Amino acid sequence: MSAVAEDGLCACPECDALYVRHALPPGMKARCTRCGTTLYRAPRRRSDQMLPVVIAALITFIIANTHPIVTLRAQGLVNEATLLASIVSLWREGQEPMAALVFATTWVVPLFDLLTMLFLLLMYRRAVRPPLYTRLLRLLQAIRPWGMIEVLMLGVMVSLIKLAKMADVLPGPGLWAFIALTVLLAVILSYDLRVLWQPSAPRQPETAPLGQPR
Amino acid sequence: MRARAAGLRVCPACQQVCRIPAEAATPPGCPRCGARLHDRKPDSLTRTWAYLIAALILYIPANLLPIMRTESLLGVSDDTILSGVVYFWISGSAGLATLIFTVSIVVPLAKMATLAYLTCRVRWPGQADRHQLGRLYKLVELVGRWSMLDVFVVALMVGMVQFQSLASIKAGAGAIAFGAVVVLSMLAANSFDPRLLWDNDGSPDDDR
Ligand SMILES: [Zn+2]
Ligand SMILES: [Zn+2]
Repeated sequence: MSAVAEDGLCACPECDALYVRHALPPGMKARCTRCGTTLYRAPRRRSDQMLPVVIAALITFIIANTHPIVTLRAQGLVNEATLLASIVSLWREGQEPMAALVFATTWVVPLFDLLTMLFLLLMYRRAVRPPLYTRLLRLLQAIRPWGMIEVLMLGVMVSLIKLAKMADVLPGPGLWAFIALTVLLAVILSYDLRVLWQPSAPRQPETAPLGQPR
Repeated sequence: MRARAAGLRVCPACQQVCRIPAEAATPPGCPRCGARLHDRKPDSLTRTWAYLIAALILYIPANLLPIMRTESLLGVSDDTILSGVVYFWISGSAGLATLIFTVSIVVPLAKMATLAYLTCRVRWPGQADRHQLGRLYKLVELVGRWSMLDVFVVALMVGMVQFQSLASIKAGAGAIAFGAVVVLSMLAANSFDPRLLWDNDGSPDDDR
């Protein structure tokens, strides 16, 4: 005997209050009247409008990782630094766990996020979605909090300020790409993944509320 | 009306509301995504505490051990998190010193203390204002990740400053200990089920 889906209902993940789902106009969100948590929302951007953002983010991801973030000059010596080269240096000097942690949070998870978003958005409008869709969406929700590009960006700024005191610092194309990537990822992260669980065709609004979301 | 009171369970992954058949002994799978449908996150408080204690233990080496070693013609210097803050402060970057002090020292401690406090409020609810507690939990979830800042700064400095004999920077044992503190406290926040805060408020239905 398995569980039965109650499609017309929705429950607050923070306080367990139960509501009836309503169809919302675009850009609106339903909030829990008890604790204020966002229950669900109708996104301002449609799924196909998110596609160019994801593709642009993938391109900036490649640029950010193939071009130096910064070029340092000190007493005639020059050093170009990329994120991956930093991770390799950490690994070589015996800091394998730290290299793995930085690699996972600033490289693997953001790249997985972008590639998975691309796949999910392409499959979203299909009448029959492949079984992989559900599995990837679940996985994406679970590992998304571990992507930390925006924290890395702040880290880049802090280290540049630190380094400016000991060497000549020339920002490279990788730096601008990282800034663009941070902005694009912020847009992608603001797209509520819960939308992707819903069927793509809008359903009829339900009646008989148990409690009115405000 | 509470989902639990209506005999319903919410999928932890896709938030589908599901009716559970009475004869189900083990938690059944979600009809939409297959995730296990537990009533609440299993062993939420025990897991939260396990991660919290591990994070607290590692917080000590994270602050005492050097996170970074700079070797240059002028000699070798070891930096801890606190000495990095002091360096920024005396070199005239008060804003930056405050930022690093906040995300590396205040936030991890405040996060661990808040989670410990929330688990205690679940055990001993008293006259708690649940809206405040819920807001505290959301804040803890939101700011915890920024503590990774110092780990990233060290990683980047290692890659950037490689001038053979002139100057080089190596990561210290404190850095990975600090990274572990951040990861463990994120896992602690993740294990905590905020619905527990609202479960024992005495009222059978909505209070607003
Ligand atoms: Zn709520
Ligand atoms: Zn589910």
